[in-house]
Amino acid sequence: MPIGPASCPQLANCPTVIVMVGLPARGKTYMSKKLTRYLNWIGVKCRVFNVGEYRRSAVKEYKKFDFFDPQNKEAMKIRNKVCEQAMEDMIGWLENEGDVAVFDATNTTRERRQLVMDYCQKEKNFKVFFIESMCDDPEVVAENVKGHEELGEISEGRGAAAPFRRDVGEVKVNSPDYRNMNKDEAMRDFLERIRMYQKSYEPLDTEYDKEKSFIQVHNVGQRFLVNQIQDHVQSKICYYLMNIHVLPRSIYLTRHGESELNIKGRIGGDSSLSFRGRQFANALAKFMEEQDVNNLKVWTSQLKRTIETAGGFHAPIEQWKALNEIDAGVCEEMTYEEIQEKYPEEFAMRDQDKYHYRYPRGESYQDLVARLEPVIMELERQTNVLVICHQAVMRCLLAYFLDKNSDDLPYLKVPLHTVMKLTPMAYGCKVESFYLNIEAVNTHRERPKDQCSSAPTAELAAVQLSVECSASGNTDPQRKSEDALETVPDHY
Amino acid sequence: MSDDMRTRKLSCPEVGVTGSELGNLGPASCPQLANCPTVIVMVGLPARGKTYMSKKLTRYLNWIGVKCRVFNVGEYRRSAVKEYKKFDFFDPQNKEAMKIRNKVCEQAMEDMIGWLENEGDVAVFDATNTTRERRQLVMDYCQKEKNFKVFFIESMCDDPEVVAENVKEVKVNSPDYRNMNKDEAMRDFLERIRMYQKSYEPLDTEYDKEKSFIQVHNVGQRFLVNQIQDHVQSKICYYLMNIHVLPRSIYLTRHGESELNIKGRIGGDSSLSFRGRQFANALAKFMEEQDVNNLKVWTSQLKRTIETAGGFHAPIEQWKALNEIDAGVCEEMTYEEIQEKYPEEFAMRDQDKYHYRYPRGESYQDLVARLEPVIMELERQTNVLVICHQAVMRCLLAYFLDKNSDDLPYLKVPLHTVMKLTPMAYGCKVESFYLNIEAVNTHRERPKDQCSSAPTAELAAVQLSVECSASGNTDPQRKSEDALETVPDHY
Repeated sequence: MPIGPASCPQLANCPTVIVMVGLPARGKTYMSKKLTRYLNWIGVKCRVFNVGEYRRSAVKEYKKFDFFDPQNKEAMKIRNKVCEQAMEDMIGWLENEGDVAVFDATNTTRERRQLVMDYCQKEKNFKVFFIESMCDDPEVVAENVKGHEELGEISEGRGAAAPFRRDVGEVKVNSPDYRNMNKDEAMRDFLERIRMYQKSYEPLDTEYDKEKSFIQVHNVGQRFLVNQIQDHVQSKICYYLMNIHVLPRSIYLTRHGESELNIKGRIGGDSSLSFRGRQFANALAKFMEEQDVNNLKVWTSQLKRTIETAGGFHAPIEQWKALNEIDAGVCEEMTYEEIQEKYPEEFAMRDQDKYHYRYPRGESYQDLVARLEPVIMELERQTNVLVICHQAVMRCLLAYFLDKNSDDLPYLKVPLHTVMKLTPMAYGCKVESFYLNIEAVNTHRERPKDQCSSAPTAELAAVQLSVECSASGNTDPQRKSEDALETVPDHY
Repeated sequence: MSDDMRTRKLSCPEVGVTGSELGNLGPASCPQLANCPTVIVMVGLPARGKTYMSKKLTRYLNWIGVKCRVFNVGEYRRSAVKEYKKFDFFDPQNKEAMKIRNKVCEQAMEDMIGWLENEGDVAVFDATNTTRERRQLVMDYCQKEKNFKVFFIESMCDDPEVVAENVKEVKVNSPDYRNMNKDEAMRDFLERIRMYQKSYEPLDTEYDKEKSFIQVHNVGQRFLVNQIQDHVQSKICYYLMNIHVLPRSIYLTRHGESELNIKGRIGGDSSLSFRGRQFANALAKFMEEQDVNNLKVWTSQLKRTIETAGGFHAPIEQWKALNEIDAGVCEEMTYEEIQEKYPEEFAMRDQDKYHYRYPRGESYQDLVARLEPVIMELERQTNVLVICHQAVMRCLLAYFLDKNSDDLPYLKVPLHTVMKLTPMAYGCKVESFYLNIEAVNTHRERPKDQCSSAPTAELAAVQLSVECSASGNTDPQRKSEDALETVPDHY
């Protein structure tokens, strides 16, 4: 099994610590979480260690901003201690199982950064990569402060109080720190907190820090300063950060309409839509029109059934080979019954590890993720997009947006004739599911019983996507036919 | 390109193709991404690697399917001013010279814009462009009159050793200095740089904050990236951030002869033949003699390449992306069987071998798309031996040797032969090593009616060029014997 990203083996050999840098409300946690989600999806084991969370565990109740005054010696003692705790946990995790750890804290002084580097590089020989987020554009300042003039908080100059409005409005005032304050009090306290940090802020510098590896992100991605990239992972991180944006938009994911082969319970192939599938194509065009989306782009695969599903659109349509359904190799166009008859051991092996299993002469879900990476990168660049794809492909894309791991990914429910609308929100993604009311066969195979973990997966999305387990069935290569076919949905 | 597409291009913003047009616009992996012609404007003092980056970037963009071309103002100037005398031609106070220089700049721009309007996606305007005035001129031309996108690439270098090395490697051999000895040439060139330095205004984060650009410092140690507008610009930045100029060599070879090779069958996943195993041993020995520093060995995930790497102690990485082209329904067939079962498909493949996609399989164009991450990682690495397959090796070779999509599918890559590529000046030196173990020939010549009348100019040390079959044709109604004309012998 290749270690490292699906598309590029062996590239996470040396554990890396990503150190976030920046004043509060500059999007550090947003970037930490999003980057972590991306790295995990491409197969790099990544985790965020948020010092604020450690602090909230240690200091049960947050009182006010002067906790963050650098002159407050007692508070500094506590803050240094929780920082060390976070670092210890982080290093323990990297030594045992992780590839990349994200150290999410302000890290705004040279002294603090040196501390972290000494810990990581001298004692442990980990690589260190800094990501600094800065916002100094007076226009952005004005935009963010709009609506808060009564606070008299407008200030100029570098590193001025210019929080991301989304952050402060959406995230900060809803933080556990502020559960006992009303929104205005919370806002005022938070802006004072930022001022505490500004007093001692020392941004990364091209001269002083010229031997360090880092990327400095300015004004939410308008400008980047990239210094001393050491390896593939750091290069990919920079590329990813250079492609993401925070403009409001929605991504619509759907499968092609029901196809001729779907009806017969056959997998793969390149068949046309059934009658109901064509009805779906019409309903889809109508639905998207009602959604009244700005500058919609429509993407399909290069297989007939997705192209036909896009037939009702006047918007520009782009066909991606990378969106083609998983290649089932020797099993293409077979029913599951036929697969069970002809390749019973392969069928069982697939049920044992559906993510890594590769069809003979075909692909695995892991291979799919590798070829979908350019699609994800371009989706990040775009704004409003409707992606018409296939079952396995849609599971991979959904897993990326909803942070599903490789265990759950192959069992995500993505029924035909249902559109999922994903809208980025705070630190995650809102999901809405729209069934367009046209009947179709079910093509979903449940996870066989002996593959289900005992504790159910916590499911917070608006939509029931979670893994449901078959009541029985097993994955033993010597299993009986009827056990093997337990999970196969009905078909004509 | 149809009239529709041409018109569309002139009227940016991005408009795509409707319906089921399987267009080849834009990069193989990402359709429709070069809608709006882009002008890349190089910026920098002489000997900062502008032409090196221009050529390398152009090679990369063409390979991934973005039609790109360099317009080098120095070449235009050499056409206009037959003989270069000395550095004071470049003195900004020299009014006569300035007239000539402005005129050749305009000529280059006109040609560039004409090419973009008719066929190109990205044009690279390779000149110093070191003053704000000159850059404004170029932008006005491109943006206001033509609505092209403009992207600046500035190369800055304050390391005197790097500059001196650049001057020695490419400048003193320039046509400008054919009448001077090396020392004179060096002195003159350094004075030339000083002429430019007088009026040099680098891109500035404040003054140029609305422009899209990347500033490269000290050969890639640091980058400043500003206002990326689209996918192509983002890819260009990623590419520039991954390339380096450290000395190294890339070794490309196919797996040893396989069981299926012997039977004349394509694709599949067979083991090595006896001779193939001999090659695996010879390969390990050869690489040891090459005495390569920190060698990495890459294979595909098919048995025959993994077995070929059997003799290596170096770390081996297996890439699925290096697997041979998927021949779909034709996997494991002989060409004779393909001709019998799918005569029309076989003819269509001969008509356009680069774009032709096997039913349920891949095309060379698809291969390029999936090999892109491999190329990107090869650029990052130093010494690598890549053990791959015939079609894959053709694609990789085409990238390094700047072969177009017409020639790519017919590049000769015989079994048991290692090709060593060493970057040199603006290109790549190629050395070919046949390890003296016999193998079947798996190369099909280009059928006669696909050959252009003028032979391709071949400057590489190795004969890679397209040879044409003496006869054969690509008509779907052709006779079997004509179809099988190009098929090599096998057991």
